[in-house]
Amino acid sequence: MKAIIAATILGIIMMYAGFVVKEKKSVLSIATLLFVLLLGVNVWELLTAKPGETQMFFNFQLTVTPFSLWFNTLMTAATLLYVLLMGNDIIKVGKHVGEYFALFFFILVGTYMLSSFNNMLIMFLGIEIISIPQYILAGSDKRNLKSSEASLKYFLMGAFSTGILLMGITLIYGATGEFNISKFSFLQLEQVNPMVLTGVLFLIISFAFKVSAAPMHFWTPDVYDGSPTPFTAFMATIGKAAAFIGFIRLFHTSFATISDSWTMVLAIITAATLFVGNITAVFQQSVKRMLAYSSIAQAGFMLFSVVSVSALAWQGLVIYTVAYTMATLGMFAVLLKLKDYTFDGFNGLAKKNPLLAAVATVFIFSLAGIPLTAGFIAKFYMLQTAVAQGNLMWLVIFALIMAAVSAYYYFRVIIAMYFKTGDPEMASELSGIDKFLLVLTAMLVLLVGVAPQILLPNGI
Amino acid sequence: MPIQYYLFLSLALFCIGIMGALMRRNAIIIFMSIELMLNAVNLLLAAFSKMYNDSAAQIFVFFIMVVAAAEVAVGLAIIVMVYRKVHSVDVNILNRLKH
Repeated sequence: MKAIIAATILGIIMMYAGFVVKEKKSVLSIATLLFVLLLGVNVWELLTAKPGETQMFFNFQLTVTPFSLWFNTLMTAATLLYVLLMGNDIIKVGKHVGEYFALFFFILVGTYMLSSFNNMLIMFLGIEIISIPQYILAGSDKRNLKSSEASLKYFLMGAFSTGILLMGITLIYGATGEFNISKFSFLQLEQVNPMVLTGVLFLIISFAFKVSAAPMHFWTPDVYDGSPTPFTAFMATIGKAAAFIGFIRLFHTSFATISDSWTMVLAIITAATLFVGNITAVFQQSVKRMLAYSSIAQAGFMLFSVVSVSALAWQGLVIYTVAYTMATLGMFAVLLKLKDYTFDGFNGLAKKNPLLAAVATVFIFSLAGIPLTAGFIAKFYMLQTAVAQGNLMWLVIFALIMAAVSAYYYFRVIIAMYFKTGDPEMASELSGIDKFLLVLTAMLVLLVGVAPQILLPNGI
Repeated sequence: MPIQYYLFLSLALFCIGIMGALMRRNAIIIFMSIELMLNAVNLLLAAFSKMYNDSAAQIFVFFIMVVAAAEVAVGLAIIVMVYRKVHSVDVNILNRLKH
């Protein structure tokens, strides 16, 4: 709760700082400072919370648990890492730099709300608070038509899915007379009530839109490809993780009793997402577009946590989002250092800049799920939850085949870097801080790979 | 009046909104269709609120209105930004420009 208030106030301060301070570099410094402050508030709230205690706010609309505090802290840390890694690229996108950082703060407010809502009103507000700033970020490169197009497409699709989400909420309200998702009437939902089933279906469709799961994924490649690259990195990682925490919270808290009726639908969506994401990524020529499809494929893996209703799924989701966020942020940071975003643009990178190629290899290994990296242990957790579920073996086998397919397009980057000759053009030279941060991110990826329990402290 | 009347009216409006959003090509009209979907939800929430004698749903309607207003502000700005570049709000033109 303190974090929500702090993020709102810091976001407003950031907005005004953008007005007052004209120098772009100073705005970046202020933003970094404020993000450190926000992380401090999160850590403070996490440390002062009693283990296992649930705090209620706003007449039971917000339940803050140690788990949600831990998730908030991780997401804030990821945002800070993102700002440190790509700050110099963010300030190059446009004129109004302060606003971009302010929008990040507001997206974090939405993330905090989604990780701790107990009422569908708060869930709706949280989803809108993360969506509306993302429409703006997608179109922030005003000189570029592709960016405007991405923004328009994202906006129309997002608003459409909001309408469907609201209809789902309303139908469930009509059946239960309650918005509070932990009330008794929710836990006694009737399997046969058509209003409940339609409502749950609408909610699945709408959340699938937000997390870009097939068949509602078609906006993703265009939007991610068209948006300015630093903002694509943000939308693909923290924006997606926030939507997932809302998804799992709603479905595991209130619809767990009627899970028989929706797990099969969601399992089919998961299989379709894995298939479409991985197979289409094979045919891409641009690494940025490949990463957009790879984010669909990774969303397919994250959906495993929603499909299998168990406590293990929540832990798996934390590990997966952190592993995926770090690897994808790192890969986008590497991409931003290059001028040419095609696979050919990576040709001969290992000769020209061995350090950049080495960290890129770690990130690619993690995304592909090679052992000793975070991506492997994350995929392992996801498949473990599905196996424990019992009746989802076909999905596990399918996911393993698709993970093998994903190795093909991920390793094309490594082959281009190490086994092809060429002279890649650099967009900017690596400074000392860049090198340090990239190596740090790669180290974190490896650390989570060998010791995943650091992401699951006792009591969450 | 029985609640079914309101339910069918809202669902009919909602379906008109969905069809409009999927079939029309003018960005403004798609946007209007989406607003129609939201208003169908508002109507249904108000009806349910009366049925359950619960004011929470009416408060929800206010929040939907506020969020819809925020979306209009951002959405119209995006549409104007696109119009300035291509002098059209036809979403097909954007798809053609991509290639």
